[in-house]
Amino acid sequence: MSFKVFQINEEFLDVMPKEIVELQENATWGNPKRGVMDLPFHKELIEEHSLCAGCPEAAALRYIMASIPAPEDTVIVNSTGCTSLVFPHIAMHTIHSLFGNQNAVASGIKRVLEYRYPDRVKDVIVLAGDGATVDIGLDCTLQSFFRQEKITTICFDNEVYANTGGQESGMTPKGHVFKMAPKGKQFEKVPMWQLAIDSGCHYVARLTVSSPKRVESVIKKAVYVAREVGPTYIHLYTPCILEIGLNSDQGLEEMRSKDKERFEFFEYVSPQAQEVIEKRKAEGLL
Amino acid sequence: MSNVSTQEVQYNKSGQRIVSPDYLLFEAPREKFFMTGSEAVKEAVRRASVDASVSYPITPQSEAAHLIGELWVEGYVGVYFRGESEFGVMSEVAGCALAGARTITTTSGPGTLRAFENFPMWAGTRIPVQLVLMARGVNAPLSIQPDNLEVGFLLDTGCMIWYAENAQDLFDMILAGFVVAEHPSVHVPVITVVDGFFVSHTREAIMLPPDDIALPPYNPYKAPMPVIDLEAPPGRFLRDPFVMKSNYISYATHASWQFEVRAAIERSRPFAKHYLRGLVEEFGNPDADIVFVAAGTAASQAKEAVRLLKDEEGIDAKVVKLKTIRPFPYDELRAAVKNAKYIFVPEFNVAGWLEREVRKALYKYSDAEIIGAPRVAGGMTMPAEVIVSEVLSNLRVK
Repeated sequence: MSFKVFQINEEFLDVMPKEIVELQENATWGNPKRGVMDLPFHKELIEEHSLCAGCPEAAALRYIMASIPAPEDTVIVNSTGCTSLVFPHIAMHTIHSLFGNQNAVASGIKRVLEYRYPDRVKDVIVLAGDGATVDIGLDCTLQSFFRQEKITTICFDNEVYANTGGQESGMTPKGHVFKMAPKGKQFEKVPMWQLAIDSGCHYVARLTVSSPKRVESVIKKAVYVAREVGPTYIHLYTPCILEIGLNSDQGLEEMRSKDKERFEFFEYVSPQAQEVIEKRKAEGLL
Repeated sequence: MSNVSTQEVQYNKSGQRIVSPDYLLFEAPREKFFMTGSEAVKEAVRRASVDASVSYPITPQSEAAHLIGELWVEGYVGVYFRGESEFGVMSEVAGCALAGARTITTTSGPGTLRAFENFPMWAGTRIPVQLVLMARGVNAPLSIQPDNLEVGFLLDTGCMIWYAENAQDLFDMILAGFVVAEHPSVHVPVITVVDGFFVSHTREAIMLPPDDIALPPYNPYKAPMPVIDLEAPPGRFLRDPFVMKSNYISYATHASWQFEVRAAIERSRPFAKHYLRGLVEEFGNPDADIVFVAAGTAASQAKEAVRLLKDEEGIDAKVVKLKTIRPFPYDELRAAVKNAKYIFVPEFNVAGWLEREVRKALYKYSDAEIIGAPRVAGGMTMPAEVIVSEVLSNLRVK
């Protein structure tokens, strides 16, 4: 019943900002069947974000926040970058620590929450950009997979260091010209989804966020599998329209075009993960 | 006078009887043991109701970290594992502490530097993590020997820094460290420093209270910042200073947040004074005009030099041992050196960070000549005779 922490003292109701009151009255707490179809009808956990107009990352965050099965019992650990601009606007317990240490912080949190609350389910989700996940944080990311930490890691791949002004990242495709790669990137895009599988993740998905329902499905599978089996990894294409020269209404089009290319939907499910998914399907939760 | 106590006896998760910090540190009967500094860490952690510890191998702190692992096997520590590097470990213990655990870890030398980005983060996140730092040389050239240069780097991280002289100090400081660091009006990390090898690997006599009593467990709901366990309001909470905007309010917030971390260290003074029995310890003739200001084993060697100076030269001297570096014991030091004509600062590092601290603290408070010597580094020892000859050569010049 920890979603009571979101309830406002009655005596303060008249002075609380409207959006906070709406969170109590009309957000979807305590309902694992919540999902992206609630978006038009319920209060979202993300308040007016501060990303660029039309940023696909904003859409991804909205779908993810709508899909997390138990937001009242979920901690999100994020990292430095565009995503960290959004976390002050999210009605959950979130942590920004350093750039690249997100999976290490999440490992500590998850283990202590399991120790302090052995009979309760508390989900820990890491949400960070491609620089944080694959470049500066790769060590902590993969090591948390090796250790079989029961956390879900979500990478927002925009194929560039966007927040710092458009520098090449490990996830930039070979040949693309960005700052710090003025002759074009000299090596291939890092196959992070494959590294995740090889490092012990039990559920791995690679997709764009062009389909909200698909995002909901992979988020729920990843969280349920992490809860019971071990690490899970979701790789999302959230293009930086600013850095690739698109207009604010062209993000969806860009993602749809990549649905047929390097972000074609890909899913890996380990046998143990498959069992969990079947069980949750039978319960009507997937 | 008081009636028969009806207070319920309480036990921690390991089944030890919970006693007050004062009882554990000052009142409980103590028995004499012979052990290394690393083993003293184990005995302190055993009695500290520790929830979590993450480890990584580096000489000379590895044994202490192994022994905490043994305590985990024995059921005295809740969470324990080996992290991927000191950077990862210090982030993992941050996660543990953010989730409400009493957390301890250990490191040394290059490990401290590998982990460095985490220390200001610990302070800014206001977690009362305890780091036992077994000081060692910093590369390059490679050295695994005792040297405390790294402590100079840590001075402005926003962590409390205490300095233990020997295994007994270390045992008592680890217990006191949790109590002071977790005080709601303090709630910043504490780095408990001890010289590697000289203390970590050396057996000495140590007085220990029984092992069936322990500190009261950490209560994260008394913390000045909400614990991230999803049981504490507010529901919308970013556990980081909320400065992700470029405007005047966020700059002011960032500045005031950092000042507040320093203010929290200042607020630790009365608690540290109580649980450490003072921020400094004096040894020798209180009125001597030759004063050694030192921390750690440099203080032990200076004490021996005081004895030699008296016995062999008939010269009075005294040692002011600093137990805390952050907070720095300004008042205590100024009072202790009011008769001083010569102040020697013997140190185990090339930079002389303690000499700088002493000069800053005594500027306009003392007319004594401050001499940053003797200074050894990279594993060199500091025989008491070297300290004596330093004193004599300075006196002869005059």
